[in-house]
Parts: sequence; C-alpha cells; structure tokens
Amino acid sequence: MIEFRSVTKRFGDGTVAIEDFSLVVPSRRTTVLVGSSGSGKTTLLRMINRMIDPTSGGIEIDGEDTSTLEPVKLRRRIGYVMQNSGLLPHLKVIDNIATVPILNGVKRALAREQALELLDTVGLDRSLAERYPNQLSGGQQQRVGVARGLAADPNILLMDEPFGAVDPIVRDELQRELIRLQRELGKTVVFVTHDIDEAFLLGDQVVILETGGRVAQVGSPSEIMQSPANEFVASFIGTERGKRALSIRRTARGRVLVDGAGRTAGVLVDEPATTGHDVDSAANSGADSVAQVTVAQDLGADATTGAVLDAAAGPSNEPSGLLAAEPIVR
Amino acid sequence: MNWVLENLPLIGERTLQHLATAVPPVVISFLLAVPIGWLANRFRRVRGTVLTVCGLLYSIPSLPLFVALPALIGTGLTDPSGVIIALTLYGIALMVRVTADGLSSVDLHVTQAANAVGFSEWSRFWRVDLPLAGPVLLSGIRVVSVSTVSLTTVGAVLGVKSLGLFFTDGIQRNIAAEIFTGIVGTVLIALVLDLLLVLIGRVLMPWLPSVSQHATRTTVRSRVAAA
Repeated sequence: MIEFRSVTKRFGDGTVAIEDFSLVVPSRRTTVLVGSSGSGKTTLLRMINRMIDPTSGGIEIDGEDTSTLEPVKLRRRIGYVMQNSGLLPHLKVIDNIATVPILNGVKRALAREQALELLDTVGLDRSLAERYPNQLSGGQQQRVGVARGLAADPNILLMDEPFGAVDPIVRDELQRELIRLQRELGKTVVFVTHDIDEAFLLGDQVVILETGGRVAQVGSPSEIMQSPANEFVASFIGTERGKRALSIRRTARGRVLVDGAGRTAGVLVDEPATTGHDVDSAANSGADSVAQVTVAQDLGADATTGAVLDAAAGPSNEPSGLLAAEPIVR
Repeated sequence: MNWVLENLPLIGERTLQHLATAVPPVVISFLLAVPIGWLANRFRRVRGTVLTVCGLLYSIPSLPLFVALPALIGTGLTDPSGVIIALTLYGIALMVRVTADGLSSVDLHVTQAANAVGFSEWSRFWRVDLPLAGPVLLSGIRVVSVSTVSLTTVGAVLGVKSLGLFFTDGIQRNIAAEIFTGIVGTVLIALVLDLLLVLIGRVLMPWLPSVSQHATRTTVRSRVAAA
C-alpha cells in the first residue's frame, strides 16, 4: 500500500505543482492517475520513488515513510517504466533488462539468465536478446521497458505514460498484455496517463486530477462513469458526447447502439457475456472491433440510462459507455 | 631513396623516439581531462572558468614552453620529459572542453531513466554517461592525437629526439630525402595512431553504426546528388 499524506510540491520558481494531495493506493491493484498536462500526475508518480521530494507532507510505502529511505536503494526496489522506453541505447536488450539486478549485486550470468525468462514473460522472442534498443520497433522497446521494470521482482511498478508514443494498434496490444501480466503477477501498479479510455481500461482505481493535483474523483471506472462527481469529471470522461454517449437504433438485424458521432458502437444483446471463456472467444474472434455490448440492467420502457457493458471488460464488468436518455429510435 | 635505405635503422630509432614522446601526452591528457571535464559539467558555476582557463593553455606558444618547462622541472633541454609535459597541457586544453560537451550531450531522457531505475551518481557516470559521451570523446582524442604527433617535431629545434630532427638536420645539410622522410614519417604516425583510435572506438562502442561506412555512404550520395 502506498499512502500520500497531504503532499504539497512547490518548485523553485514558485509554481505549485501539487497542493495538499492525499490518496491511498491499494496493494496488488492498478491505480491510474489521469489528467491533462499540468495536473501534476507525473510529479506525483516521481514522488513515490523520490525522483522528486515533496515540499511538505509525506509518502508511506507499507507504513514506511519514504523520506527515511535512501533514494537509490528505494528506486532499485520499485519498477519504473516510462514513455519512449527509456532504455539505455548502448546496452543490448538482455543487459538493459538485467541492469537493476546487476546494480543490486546479482551475478551477471544469473541476471542474464533471468532476463531471458523475462523476455518470455513480456511476450518477446529470445532472439531479440542480443540486439540493441534502436534495432527494435517502438512496441518491442516498450515491452523491454516493462521487462526491465519487472527484473528486480518489485512489489511496486510505476508506469509513466508508457504507451503514449506508440501507434494505436500497438498500444491496444500492449494494454491487453499489461492486463494479462497484471492478472498473473498482481503488482501494485501506479499508472499515469492523459487518456481516459486507457485509464478506464487498465485501472481498478482511477484518480481523475485537476490542475495542481486536485483530486476531482477517485473510484472504480464504473463508479466514475455511473456517477461523475461533478461537471469537470463528466466532461473529462465525455459521457455527454463522443463514443461514450450511446443511443439505441433499431435495424433489420436487431437493436444496435450508436455513439454521439452516429457511428455504430455495438449490438445490443440481452445476456451479459461475463465468463472468461466468452471474453476470450470474443477477443479471439476479433469481435471486439464491433464491440459486443450488453445492457447492465433490464431495459424497461423508462430505464434508458443504464450503463453499457463491453464483453471484453471481463469479470469486473466495466462499462464502456452510457446510454443516452433519449434513444434515437428509427 | 638511397638515403632512406642507408638510414633505415636511424629512421626506426627516430620513429620509436617520436612515439615515446607523442603517445604519453595523448593518454595522460585524456585521463586528466575526463575528471576535470566532469567537474566542469557537474558544477555549472565553475564550468565557464574551468573551460576558459584550460582553453587558454593552448594559447601558450610551444617553443617557449618547451624551453621553460625543463628549467622549471630541472631536466636537460634535450630531455623529452619537458616536451611530454608541454604536449600534455595542450592535450588537456583541447580535451577538457570536449569532455564537458560530450557529457552534457548525453540525452536527458536516458540519464533520467538511469536515475529512475536506481543508478547511483557514481555508477551512472561509469556505466551510462561516460560510454554515451564516447563518440564525442573519441573525436576529441583523435584531434589531440594528430596535433600532438605534429607538435612533437617542434622539439627537434631544441634537440629533443623525434622524426623532427630529420627536418632540422636535412635543412642544414641540404638533403631533400631526409626532410621528406621526416614529413612522411610524421604523417604516417599520425595516420596509424588515428586508425588505431578508430578501431579502439569500434571495439569499445559496438552499439554505434559503423561510422566510416555511414560517412562513405553519405559522401557518395552527396556526390551523386551533385552530379
């Protein structure tokens, strides 16, 4: 568990990046800090491993005040994954992954052996081990970055917009991979992004930040989507417009859902697909390109504002959008 | 040509003497310039002062320095140690700025990433900053090497043994072949040392794309474009 206690950060030039920020980050869950630039999300992330020290307030990791810990040692037991991979360009992939264990004093041969296993873990072929980072694609580099973050087997993994610089298809792939990894490894992940869709996809707990690190809302994706705390949150997550404002349209095939732009977002089915098998088969069949959408609650004549679930959301049933109050029925 | 064939042993001896005078300054100035350059880069306030002072060393004329140093350290005028020290100073003058620039040229994202994963300042210098400054350091030491090899010949005026003695002796005795041997020999030493440095760079920095290949390709391309 990571706990922020009334953390304030003022920089030398007088700007207040974070003001009186408090948050509990639960263990073995993914917490996503989401906000636009200037919200202080990266500053908050970097305070966890003491890349930045708070001006006042404190941060505890499992009850231990981080200000009493040696920054370099602290960083070596916290995984860090960043945008543009942050790999060391002069080291081979395998040595990049083995960096932290070697710094920790693990024997070189053993660290390299473990690095090979980590390539498997993040879904990369072992033949890439002897390449240099600039010989890999952006997506492969990010996977190596994740492998490096996991190398010292840390309890905590900090991820600073790790998928921000890759193209949408690769990002989609990496996000799925992270969900799979997290299901297997159960790390305490703190993930920073400005992309609300990414936040809802990955987060067990989503923290929506306004300027200066003010918390607009904390909750599960469902909680936030079903009851946005205020206008800021509602507009930030875009429930009133775009692809999260869904309405029903009748077609020859049955009822479909269309988004704010008039694009068909999915087909309305009656039974929620909640079992793992269905999720997998939906994903494997590529059905997610036209999302399988089910209505969370029984759609009576007047119950038209229910949350809409996405089959790929898995057992947690995270909503993918809200049904607009006045469906367009044609 | 006869002169060359008749004097092969002497040419060999002078070549070795030339190397013995020119190589130590290149190595020593590199070893001294790296920590000084690191200091200049690490402590921004002293950067300007350190770089200017070191740079000014180069403005001292070589001949007076070759004469003054033996007097200061108490060696004979024809002893190579005075020349070695003087050339080391010139090497430092060139190398300190190159080192500071090389270290500051390392991508900020990379150094931040290194900090984030837990490099200490010491380990980061050795394992990240220094290797990544490598290409800049290499081009610096190549300049130092060539300049040192050629400056070594100036010592001949005072009688310090090197290939430079062939110029002075050749001019006095009016033997063109001897003068020519001195010039060609000096150029060859400079070329061989430069080649050696490039090879060392290749071995130490295997992550870089082959520099000469790249350069050749660009030249060819620009020539084609010009045509």
